[in-house]
Amino acid sequence: MKALMNIKWKHYINYVVVGAFTIYLAYMAFAGDMPRSQTTLYTDIGVTIILAVSLSMVVGFLGELSLGHAGFMCVGAYVGGKLAATFTEMFTDLNEYIIFVIALTVGGLAAMLCGFIIGLPALRLRGDYLAIVTLAFGEIVRIIFLNSGGVFGDQSGMKTPRLDRQILPFISFILVLVTLFVTQNIIRSKHGRAITAIRDSEIAAKATGINVTKYKLMVFAIAALFAGIAGVLSSYTENKIQAATYDYNYSIEMLVIVVLGGMGSINGAIVASVLITYINNVLQTQLQGNMAVLKNLIYAIVLIVIVIYNNAPALKGFRETYNIKNLFSKIFAKKHDPSKVHDDEAKWDRVPTKIDIDEVLSVDIQTGSPYAPDKSEKEKN
Amino acid sequence: MALLEVKDLSVYYGVINALKGVSFEVNEGEIVTLIGANGAGKTTAMQSVIGLIPSRSGSVIYDGKDITKMPCHKIVRLGMSQVPEGRRVFQELTVYENLMMGAYSVKASDASFKADIESIYERFPRLAERRNQIAGTLSGGEQQMLAMGRALMSHPKLLMLDEPSMGLSPLLVDQVFDIIKSINKDGTTILLVEQNAGKSLAISDRAYVLETGSIVLTGTGAELAASDEVKKAYLGG
Amino acid sequence: MEQIITTLINGLSAGGTYAMIALGYTMVYGIAKMLNFAHGDVIMVGAYTIFIFFTMLGNPLIGLLIAVVLCMLLGITIERLAYRPLRGASPLAVLITAIGVSYLLQALAQIVFGADIKRPVFFDFGKISVFGLSIAVSTLITLIASAIIMVVLSLFVKYTRTGRAMIAVSEDRGAAELMGISVNKIIVITFAIGSALAAVAGFFMIWKAPSVSPTLGALPGIKAFAAAVIGGIGSLPGAMLGGILMGIVGAFSNSFEFTAPYTDAIVFAVLILILLVRPSGLLGKKRREKV
Repeated sequence: MKALMNIKWKHYINYVVVGAFTIYLAYMAFAGDMPRSQTTLYTDIGVTIILAVSLSMVVGFLGELSLGHAGFMCVGAYVGGKLAATFTEMFTDLNEYIIFVIALTVGGLAAMLCGFIIGLPALRLRGDYLAIVTLAFGEIVRIIFLNSGGVFGDQSGMKTPRLDRQILPFISFILVLVTLFVTQNIIRSKHGRAITAIRDSEIAAKATGINVTKYKLMVFAIAALFAGIAGVLSSYTENKIQAATYDYNYSIEMLVIVVLGGMGSINGAIVASVLITYINNVLQTQLQGNMAVLKNLIYAIVLIVIVIYNNAPALKGFRETYNIKNLFSKIFAKKHDPSKVHDDEAKWDRVPTKIDIDEVLSVDIQTGSPYAPDKSEKEKN
Repeated sequence: MALLEVKDLSVYYGVINALKGVSFEVNEGEIVTLIGANGAGKTTAMQSVIGLIPSRSGSVIYDGKDITKMPCHKIVRLGMSQVPEGRRVFQELTVYENLMMGAYSVKASDASFKADIESIYERFPRLAERRNQIAGTLSGGEQQMLAMGRALMSHPKLLMLDEPSMGLSPLLVDQVFDIIKSINKDGTTILLVEQNAGKSLAISDRAYVLETGSIVLTGTGAELAASDEVKKAYLGG
Repeated sequence: MEQIITTLINGLSAGGTYAMIALGYTMVYGIAKMLNFAHGDVIMVGAYTIFIFFTMLGNPLIGLLIAVVLCMLLGITIERLAYRPLRGASPLAVLITAIGVSYLLQALAQIVFGADIKRPVFFDFGKISVFGLSIAVSTLITLIASAIIMVVLSLFVKYTRTGRAMIAVSEDRGAAELMGISVNKIIVITFAIGSALAAVAGFFMIWKAPSVSPTLGALPGIKAFAAAVIGGIGSLPGAMLGGILMGIVGAFSNSFEFTAPYTDAIVFAVLILILLVRPSGLLGKKRREKV
C-alpha cells in the first residue's frame, strides 16, 4: 500500500487523459464517421501539442528563447513529404503507412540534424542574440525550400501524400503520446535536473561538472526532432504544403502557447495547445467574413490581459488572494512537504528564470530600483 | 528637530522581512553610522530612505517633510545624495561626464558649475588627473572617489554613503574616511553604513548597530567602540 | 561599375530606413530593457496615416507630420498601458505582451482598413541624374534625410542633458535615479523618439513602394531587429551600422538574378555569420559574468 502511496500519481495524469482520448480516436477511426472539421481539429491539436511540448523543453526547461521552431517543422515537412511523395510514386505496392513511418523517421532526423546545428551557436550566444539566430535560421530554411527550383515543389507548394482522414487524428495522438513519453522521461531524470540547472545558472552548472555543451545540443536536437515529426504529420493532412505556413509567425504563435501554459510545465503546454487550437479553429469557422478579423483582435486583447494579470508586480497581492490554486489548497489543506521536490514544475511566477549568481552569493538581495531588477556592477578591484 | 527621522520603517522583499520596524535619526552636522554584519539590512535601510525601494510601513521625515512615499528622483532634489553600495559610477562615461551627471538636478549657471567641478577636483586630485578617462577603467579606489565626488556635485545637505570602504586596500580606506571627515567639517551631514566598525565608529558622533533587520544598540561613537558587545561581535574581541 | 555604385546608393538608402527602425528597437532595449516587438507595427500605423492625409490633402509632408505625432502618442500609450505594468516582471512576459500588442495593432488595421494590400497613389518625383547615374529622387532624399537624422540623434544623445540622462538610465537605472533623473520620464521620451523614427521610416518605405497593408511593418520590423542585434543591441552606432549593412547586403543580393529570390535568406545568413564571429554584435558590449 505504501508503494502505491509513493507513486507520484500526478506524473501520470497526462498519459491517462491523452491515452483515453487516443483510444476514443481509435474507436472513431473505425466507426469512420467524423466530419472533416472534427478530424482537422483533432489532428491540428495533436500537431500543436507536439510542437508546444518540444518547444517547452527549449524555452521552459533549458531557458533559451527559440523563435525558429517552425523552421524545424518546415525541414521535417519538406524532407519527409518529399520522401513520402517519391516513395509513393516509386514503390507503388508499398503500404502507405510504412512509407509514413519512413517519412517520419527521415524527416525527424533531418530536423534533428538542424537542431544540432542550431545548438552550436547556442553555446556561444546569449539570450536575445540566440533568439534572432533561431529566427534567422527558420527564415533561411523556409526561403531555401521555397526557391529550390523544382526539387521541393515550386512557389505554390509541394505535393505530399495523404492518409485516411479518419485515421489521421488517431495517428497524431499516438505521436503525442510518444512525445510525452520521451520528453517527460528526460525532464524527470537527472538529465532534466541538469538542464534546469543550466537554465538557472550556467556558470554554476558548469562548476558542478555538468556538461553544458552536451545538454544544450541534446535539448535543441530532441526538440527539433519532434518539431520535424510534427512537420511530417502536418504534411500528411493536406495534398500540398506551402513554405509560407512555416514562417516566424508560426514560431511566435508556438512561443505564446508555451508561455501561456506556464514555463516549465508540460501539462500547461498541453492545456494551452488544446485551448488555443480549439478557439482558433472554432472562431475561424463560426465567425464569418468581418467577424473573422474580430477573432484576431479578441485573441490579442485576451493575450495581453492574461500576461499582464499573471506577471504585473503590482497585482501580486491580488493574484495571491484570488488564486484558484490557493482556493484548492485551503479546501484540501495538505501540508506542504519540502522534501517532495517537484521535478518538472518550475513555478514560473515565483522564481525568476535565471537566478543571478551574484545575488545568490552575496547576501544583499536586491540592489536596484523597483522599476527593474538591476544588474548592478559589483566592485572592480 | 532632526534632519532625518526614520520611524518604525519596515521593508519586505516578497515574504522576507528585511527591515523590522527600524527607527533612527540624524541631526544636522552629525556623522551617524549604521554598523552591522552582511545581511543585517544596512543597504536595505539606505535604499529605502532614499526611495529606491518601497517600504511597507513606517515613515521617513527629512527636513520636516514626509518623504516616505516620494520617488527617489524627487527626494534627491530636496538635498539628499547617496554614494551607493558598489559605487555604481557610469562605466561608459568619463570622469568629467560622471560629475556632470551628479549635477543633473542642479539648476546652476555655467560659472557655478565650473566652480563646483573645480572644488571636486581640489578635493580629489586623482580625479583631476584622470578627468577625461572612461570611468570603467579606473581602479576601485578611484571609482569610489568618483562616486563621492559625483554625489557632492548636487550640494547635498545630507550625504549617505553605503559601504564606502568595501573592496579597498587599508591605505585607501584611511583616505576615504579622512575625506568623509573633511566633507562633514565643510558642513555636510553624513549618514554612513559600514561593515568596517572600527574605523567608522572612530569618526562617528553617534551610531546604531543593526542585526538581522532590527536596531539592537545605539550610542555615541565612543560608547559603542568601547562597549564589550560591539567589541566582541564586530571589533574582534 | 556604374551598376555597383547605383546598387550601393540604393543599399545605403534602404539601409538608412532600416537604421531608423533599428534605432527605435535599440534605444528601447537599452533604456527600457525590453524588446518592443510591436515597433514594426507602429511603422504600419504611420504609413496608413500618411496615405490617408495625402489622399485627403494632397500634401505628403502634412501627412508625415501628423503621422509622427500620432505614432509618438501611440508609442507612449502602449508603454503606459502594456509595458509599464510589467516593470520588474520577467523579460519573457514583456516580450509576449509586446507580441500581443503587435497582434492587436495588426488586427485593428485589418478591421478598419481590410486585410488586403492597398496601393494608393503617392507622389513621385521620378529619377534625377547625379554624376551621370540615374537615381530615384526618393532614394536620394531618403539617404540624405536618414543620414541627417542619425547625426542629429547622435549629437542629441551626447550633448544634451536629456540625452545624457538616457545614457545614464541605459547604464544603471538606480544610479540614474540617484542623480535626480526621472526614469519614467526618460523611458517615455525614448518611446516617443523611437516611434517618431518609425513614422519617418514608414514614410521612406511607402515613398519607395507605394503600398500598405496591416502586415506592412512586420517583416521590416524583424529585419530591423536583426540589424540592431548585428550592430550590438543597445548600441546606437551599432543600430546604424547594422541597418546600413543590412541595406547594402540586401541591395547587392537583389541586383543579381540568381541571388535575388534568396535575398532575405542571405541577409539572415550574414547575420548569423557575424554573430558567430562576434557574439555580442559588431559594436556590442561584452558582458562579463562574475561569480
